[in-house]
Amino acid sequence: MKKQLMLGNEAAARGLYEAGCRLVSSYPGTPSTEITEFAATYDEMYCEWAPNEKVAMEVAFGASLKGARSACAMKHVGLNVAADPLYTMSYTGVNAGLVVCVADDPGMHSSQNEQDSRHHAIASKVPMVEPSDSAEALAMMKAAFELSEQFDTPVIYRTCTRIAHSQSLVTLSDRAEIPLRPYVKEPQKYIMAPANAIRRHPMVEARTLALTEYAETCALNRVELAADGNTALGIICSGTCYQYVREVFGDTVNILKLGLVNPLPVKLIKDFAAKVERLVVFEELDPVIETHCRNIGVEVEGKSLFPMVGEFSQNLLRAAFGLPLSETVSADEIIPVRPPVMCAGCPHRGLFYTLSKHKVTVIGDIGCYTLGMAAPLNAVDSVLCMGASVSGVHGFNKIGGAETEGKTVAVIGDSTFMHSGMTGLVNIAYNASNSTVIILDNSITGMTGHQQNPTTGYNIKGDPATKVDLEAFCRAVGIDRVTVVDPYDLAACEKVITEELAAEGPGVIISRRPCVLLKTVKAKPALTVDKDACRSCKKCMKLGCPAIHMEGEGKTAKAVIDATLCVGCGVCEQMCAFGAIQNQEGK
Amino acid sequence: METKNIMIVGVGGQGSLLASKLLGHLLCEEGFDVKVSEVHGMSQRGGSVVTYVRYGDRVDSPIIDKGEADFIVSFEKLEAARWVSYLKEGGRVVVNTRETDPMPVITGAAVYPHEVLEGLKTKGVVMDDMDALALAEEAGSSKAVNIVLMGRLSRYFPEIPEEKWLAAIEACVKPKFVELNKKAFALGRG
Repeated sequence: MKKQLMLGNEAAARGLYEAGCRLVSSYPGTPSTEITEFAATYDEMYCEWAPNEKVAMEVAFGASLKGARSACAMKHVGLNVAADPLYTMSYTGVNAGLVVCVADDPGMHSSQNEQDSRHHAIASKVPMVEPSDSAEALAMMKAAFELSEQFDTPVIYRTCTRIAHSQSLVTLSDRAEIPLRPYVKEPQKYIMAPANAIRRHPMVEARTLALTEYAETCALNRVELAADGNTALGIICSGTCYQYVREVFGDTVNILKLGLVNPLPVKLIKDFAAKVERLVVFEELDPVIETHCRNIGVEVEGKSLFPMVGEFSQNLLRAAFGLPLSETVSADEIIPVRPPVMCAGCPHRGLFYTLSKHKVTVIGDIGCYTLGMAAPLNAVDSVLCMGASVSGVHGFNKIGGAETEGKTVAVIGDSTFMHSGMTGLVNIAYNASNSTVIILDNSITGMTGHQQNPTTGYNIKGDPATKVDLEAFCRAVGIDRVTVVDPYDLAACEKVITEELAAEGPGVIISRRPCVLLKTVKAKPALTVDKDACRSCKKCMKLGCPAIHMEGEGKTAKAVIDATLCVGCGVCEQMCAFGAIQNQEGK
Repeated sequence: METKNIMIVGVGGQGSLLASKLLGHLLCEEGFDVKVSEVHGMSQRGGSVVTYVRYGDRVDSPIIDKGEADFIVSFEKLEAARWVSYLKEGGRVVVNTRETDPMPVITGAAVYPHEVLEGLKTKGVVMDDMDALALAEEAGSSKAVNIVLMGRLSRYFPEIPEEKWLAAIEACVKPKFVELNKKAFALGRG
C-alpha cells in the first residue's frame, strides 16, 4: 500500500483501528486531542468525550473487563486526574487489551507544567511505549495491545508535542478482527479489596521482572551501530530525541533506541555500554533513563550536558558536543512579542472587562479564558489546574472572610466545570461558602479546538445528546441564587456582578454566549469608527480587542477597527461615550 | 538529496496549517520523505505560530533549527523578522508586507518596527516581499493570503511544474474554494 503523510495522533488513531480496538473514551487536552478525534472517524470504534480523564479511563477499564480492546487518551496533566484508576488497574490487569494514551508537552506550548509522564509509568508499575515518528505511532499502538494482553496489564502509550503534532509517512494495514474475550467473574482479580490486593501486588512485581526480561530482547528496543564500526560514542535515547541524534550524527555513532521506556532493560544497556568508550543519555525532561543506568551501575553522562527544562533540538545536541552551529542573522530592532490573545468578539471579554474595572480578585481556571490574565485586562489572579478555581475561591474566602468575600470570584468554563469544577461547587454549598462562581458558558470546549462536552447538547459525532442543565444543576447542589447574563451586554454584566458580590451566601453567575469561532455563530458586519466623533480617549482600547488599534500621532490618534477581524459583537460600541463606534446602520 | 527546510510563520488564524498541508501533499507526491511539524492549542489564539516542512531522501528531526531554513514564508512582516535567525545562509524570505499589530503594540507597551525588513535587506537577507493581502483580495478573499504566498514560493521550485501545485490545491482545499485558491496561487506566482 502507498505511503501517506499522517499526523502522529492520526497515526495513533489508525493504530487503534488496526489493532481492533472497540472503544475509546477521552477528555481533550493538547497535544493529545486528535487521537480521539481521528478515532471517531472510524465507525468500527465506539468513541466518546468523557467529562474528565478519570471517567474516561474507568470507561476503558469497563470495556476491557467485558472483553473488548479499549483505550483512553489525555494530556500529561490529565494522567494525574486518572492516576487513581491507573495505579489500581496495574493490580487488576485487564481482560482484553487496554492502552492509556498520554501526551507530554515539553516546552509547554499549551500546558501549565512540564511534567514527565514516565514517572507515572514507573510509580504505577505499568509498561510504557514511546514512538519517535508517525509510522512508529501506528506500529507501537498495535504492539501496546499485544503487550497488554500478553502481560495482563494496561499499557501506556506516551507521545509528546513533536510526535503528536508532526506529520510523517505511514503505510496502512487492514483492521484486525479481534473477537471479544468472554467475561468471567473473577473476584480475586477484579475486586481490589485488601485481601485480594495483597495477593495481586506480588504478581505486579513478578510482571515487572518478566517485562524487564522482555525489554532485553524485544523489537521495540534496538541498537544501531556506527556504520564505520567506531566505538567512540554511544547515545541512549527514545522518542523525538532519537530523531535529533540521527539528524546530527546520522550513522556515525552507536545508538541504543528505546521504544519500551518502562521497564527499562538492564543487560541490553550494560552490553551497549561495554561496546562504547563514551556513553551519553539524551532525554528530554527528567533524567529517567540516566538514573536507571546509575542504579544498575552503568556510568553515563546526561543532565550534566543537557537541560532539565524545555524542548530539545538538533542545535541543542550540537552545542552540547561542541559541534559548529550555522551562522544566523537577526534584526537590530526590538521585535515585540506576540502572545496569544482572546479572539475579536470573544464572549469572555465583556465579563473580564467588568471584573477588571471593579478590581475583583479572580481565581482562574484552565481554558481560553486563562487569557483574561493578559494586558490590558490583567483580570486573573491565579491559575493552577482543572477545576481549581471553584475549590480555590472557597479556601480564599474562608481565610479572607469579609475582607475578600465581596470582591473575589472564581471563573471557570463550561467544559472545565463539568471536568472537575462541579465537585468544588458542591463543597461551596455544603461548607457554607460566601463565594461567587462564574461559569463562562461558551457552549464548547474552546482552547483544544472545539470539542463537544456534556453541556453542549451534542456528542463527539455531532449527534444530539443529553444536555446538562447548568442552572438546574447548580440549584440541585444547593446554590439558591443562579443568574444568567449575556457577556456582550456590559450594563447587564455590571448589574449582575455588583449585585452578586454584594449578596450573602454562595451564588453562581452563568455568563452565556457561544464561542465566536463556532460555525453556527454568524458574524455581524464589522463596526466602524467615525473619526470626527472619536475624541482619542482610548477607552475602547481597555478591552484588549485585537481588532481595535489607534492610528495617528500622540493625543490626536483615532481608533480604527480592522474589518477583517471584527465580528460586530458591539462591546466596544457600548464603551464609547461619544457614539463614535457605529454599526452598519450608523447607530 | 540533502534535506531541505521550509518554515511557515505567521499569526495564529492566518491559515498556516493549510499551507503546510499543501506543501506536505505536494512533496509527498514528488516521492520525497517528508515531515511537517505544527503547533496546535494556545498558540493559535492570535499568537505567533510556526510550522516546519522538511523533505529529502531521509528526514530525521521534525523541526528546523536556527540557521537551517532554505525558505521562510511569512504571512506577516513582524513574524518574518522574529524568525529570520532560522534562515540558512543563502536562504530566502518570502513575506507578506502587511502589518498585524501584536497586543503589546495595540496597548502601547511596544512599538512596531515598520522598517524592519529594509534593515534585514541591508544585512544581505534575500527577501521577496509582496502585498499578499491585496492579491488575495483580488482573488476574492482576504483569507487566501496563504495560497498567494504559496504561489510566490512555487517560483523557486523550477523542478516542480505548476500543474503539480494546482493538483495539490485540488487535493487539499474544499471543492467550492478550489477556483478561488487557484486564482490566488496564480496571482502570487505572477
